[in-house]
Amino acid sequence: MIDTLRLTAEEAGAMLERREVSAAELHAAYRAAIDERDPGLHAYLRTVDEVEGDGVPIAFKDLISTRGVETTAASKILAGYKPVFDATVATRCKEAGLPLLGKTNMDEFAMGSSTENSGFGPTSNPWDPERVPGGSSGGSTAAVAAGMAPWALGSDTGGSIKQPAALCGVVGLRPTYGTVSRYGIVAFASSLDQIGPVTKTVRDCALLYRTIAGRDPCDSTTVELPQPVELPETEDLKGLRVGVPKELNEAEGIESGVTEQVNAALDRARELGAEVEECSLPRSVDFGLPCYYLIAPSEASSNLARYDGVRYGFRAAGNGDIRSMYARTRDEGFGDEPKRRIMLGTYALSAGYYEAFYGQAQKVRTLIKQEHDALFERFDLLVSPTSPTVAFPLGARTENPLAMYLADVLTIPSNMAGMPGLSIPCGLSEGLPVGLQLIGPQFSENTLFHAGHALERALEFDFVPERLR
Amino acid sequence: MTWEAVIGLEIHVHLKTRSKMFCRCAVGALDDPNTRTCPVCLAHPGALPVPNRQAIEWTIRLGLALDCEIAEHALFHRKNYFYPDNPKGYQISQYDEPLCFGGRLRLPGPDGAEVGITRAHLEEDAAKTLHVGGAEGRIHGASASLVDFNRAGTPLVEIVTEPHIRTPEQARRFLQLLRQTVVELGISDAEMEKGSLRFDVNVSVRPEGSDELRTRTELKNMNSFAFAARGIEREIERQIGIYEEGGEVVQETLHFDPARENAPPLRSKEEAQDYRYFPEPDLVPIEPLREWSLDELRADLPESPAARLERVLAAGLDLRDAEALNSEPARVDLYEALSEAGTEARPAAAFVLNDVARHDVDPARVDAAELAKVLRERDQIPREAFDAAVAASASDGFSAEEYLRERTVADTSELDPVIDRILSENEQQVEAYRGGKEGLLGFFVGQVMRETQGKANPKVVNDRLREKLRA
Repeated sequence: MIDTLRLTAEEAGAMLERREVSAAELHAAYRAAIDERDPGLHAYLRTVDEVEGDGVPIAFKDLISTRGVETTAASKILAGYKPVFDATVATRCKEAGLPLLGKTNMDEFAMGSSTENSGFGPTSNPWDPERVPGGSSGGSTAAVAAGMAPWALGSDTGGSIKQPAALCGVVGLRPTYGTVSRYGIVAFASSLDQIGPVTKTVRDCALLYRTIAGRDPCDSTTVELPQPVELPETEDLKGLRVGVPKELNEAEGIESGVTEQVNAALDRARELGAEVEECSLPRSVDFGLPCYYLIAPSEASSNLARYDGVRYGFRAAGNGDIRSMYARTRDEGFGDEPKRRIMLGTYALSAGYYEAFYGQAQKVRTLIKQEHDALFERFDLLVSPTSPTVAFPLGARTENPLAMYLADVLTIPSNMAGMPGLSIPCGLSEGLPVGLQLIGPQFSENTLFHAGHALERALEFDFVPERLR
Repeated sequence: MTWEAVIGLEIHVHLKTRSKMFCRCAVGALDDPNTRTCPVCLAHPGALPVPNRQAIEWTIRLGLALDCEIAEHALFHRKNYFYPDNPKGYQISQYDEPLCFGGRLRLPGPDGAEVGITRAHLEEDAAKTLHVGGAEGRIHGASASLVDFNRAGTPLVEIVTEPHIRTPEQARRFLQLLRQTVVELGISDAEMEKGSLRFDVNVSVRPEGSDELRTRTELKNMNSFAFAARGIEREIERQIGIYEEGGEVVQETLHFDPARENAPPLRSKEEAQDYRYFPEPDLVPIEPLREWSLDELRADLPESPAARLERVLAAGLDLRDAEALNSEPARVDLYEALSEAGTEARPAAAFVLNDVARHDVDPARVDAAELAKVLRERDQIPREAFDAAVAASASDGFSAEEYLRERTVADTSELDPVIDRILSENEQQVEAYRGGKEGLLGFFVGQVMRETQGKANPKVVNDRLREKLRA
């Protein structure tokens, strides 16, 4: 009997290597877990029966193109769309022999922080089905947390891997911008989107990052990794200089239970030999969110223009000229949040507003990067809560988009700077997981893995949701 | 009041790269519909552009040929608009940081004009829409619209001029030279019939001597340079007419129907389109100076058609002949070789344009030195022999001397003995001629021609006979 709730991907790989289990049996075990638990969680939009590959199975967020397997980005406008090609990350997983389990739920076009914006119904948090899993990669994080996938891929634009990983008590990496190919990823905001791993352990995270990272000739914005990915071994943090930006740790709206767990984790870091010191990111936190909400919707308004009903996906029924076909298709096909962001972005890019909005936001983005660069001359890592709150109840913020946007206030600044961030679970508050965000300079994934792994060992967080143990 | 026209051009040229601008599809706009497509040029979700390096290099080459500055840092921008021929909902183009800017093209000729090149940038072409059913391929009344994406993503260079052109004739000359420039650079076929060269014209008028810029109209869809010149002419007259009657020119676009040259243009109000340009986040900036040596690219440029035309004009040819010669570099080469071999400019040009062209001789294959010898003999040999020699001049190993020796008796040293013999065999007629019957000259000429089997030049025979008979 395979305990999919406990089994890590690394352990599953070892079992395969020792021939204790076949890839098909492993796949079947997760499929059984999905059959058992997903009806109550809705982490998957669809599952795959065919076992392609002899490795550890994996789940993909539904914005990763999979040849012949419907890919919708959780939008009705892409209902029925089957890509004719694989995303580069899908190809790399195939080459590594990882069979696909299925496609996971998400906020439509990755726009949201709770997975409630899915065009096909929300996902529940495995720790408490009355609560959200976070988002937008909530399907991937819920699937891993509930033992319905040993690991998964998500995407992170403003915090869409880190934040749901925190809320579901799993590990999530948002890689350095440009280290993972976006080819075949349904685009939200091109200058921010990154694909990254969702796993139970930091070592699994490093393994999966190693599989997907590296330059892709099909994505001009990718680069070769400066060093190979290392699997973390060390369990101390001797000499590691950790900065604690006060704006990220004392921001309005951070729950006290969250602060407590983060502080406890910082104490463990000191015990492990880290030099922990307070520091400051004054502009990044104040301006990060507003600038993000100019840049991301601007790019989205353009990226989503291709969904016009002409070539693929949904087309509204009825007669009329091309303008009315566009209008009806997009009106019926897009949910509220994409429409809201398309309007925001269209406005921000319009003649007369460009300089004040998009142009200005790009300048501030440069400032945010400089501010981070300056801190990384003094620190190896920065630490903060990943999310200001633990998982909130389903429906609690759906009527208030601004409250929803604040869920990403702590993840956005470093995303804007193109820096990598790792979220690891560091404890429980009100019985729900709290995520610790580790931020490093560009290409510092190995440092993040080493620190994350050492803390993970020391914190001994049990990633199996209490109600499923 | 005397008016002057202010004319600017915007020219689009397809680059003849093997693959499209941002994907690996073959460029083949004329192949069966939708056979040259892939996820990138069909804008499938997640597909990303990868720039065609050759297209960038060729745009830089063109920029250098047009005396442009090459940007240190150039950007692709997204130009956003909805239309079925625009699959992404945006066209990848260039905006405020184009590859090439600030160039010029001289228009050699009587007025010695120079036209500033505002910019030359690289973008992708749109797909082609076909309206079927209903009226003549027009959208109004059509029962369906079809899209052929073969052309979508074809690399396209847009060249924008300053409003420095003053006459329709200058516009024609500019277009001619620009077309020749891209063709000779080997970067485009620039064929209007195939759509690989298209242009729009902006026209306004103003009182001569003023430097104001009045409301302009845009002329679209013209299918030849000559037609464009006529269209501009008519538009200038129309605008002058409006001002002279106290009216105001309205900013509008005039669409010509290339199928019906004489039809009046369709008018459309110019909408203030907002394309919401922003830097293309899927691409990194182009840094030409890092990736190319401009000196090497510059050294590799062929002579520009403008420089060549200027040289030909300097030799005293009129503009029409000079342009006709200049339309093929090999014609100019041949003309110049002939001049160098001693032929005067005008006869040499006339020879290349008339004789060489008439006999379908490829000027690039001719040994100019040999042809010059034929030309020198022109007046000494029969017309037929001359034509035959010109026609044969492109064949391998053509030697003027050998060829003419076989076909002609031009040399007096060869001709004189024949003449002497005929005169001695016809003493009676000689007497009669010398006695005043000068009409007998024709008889002698006929005899000589028969004897030489027509290879002698009748004019030379005439001259020699007269001379000998006078003695």
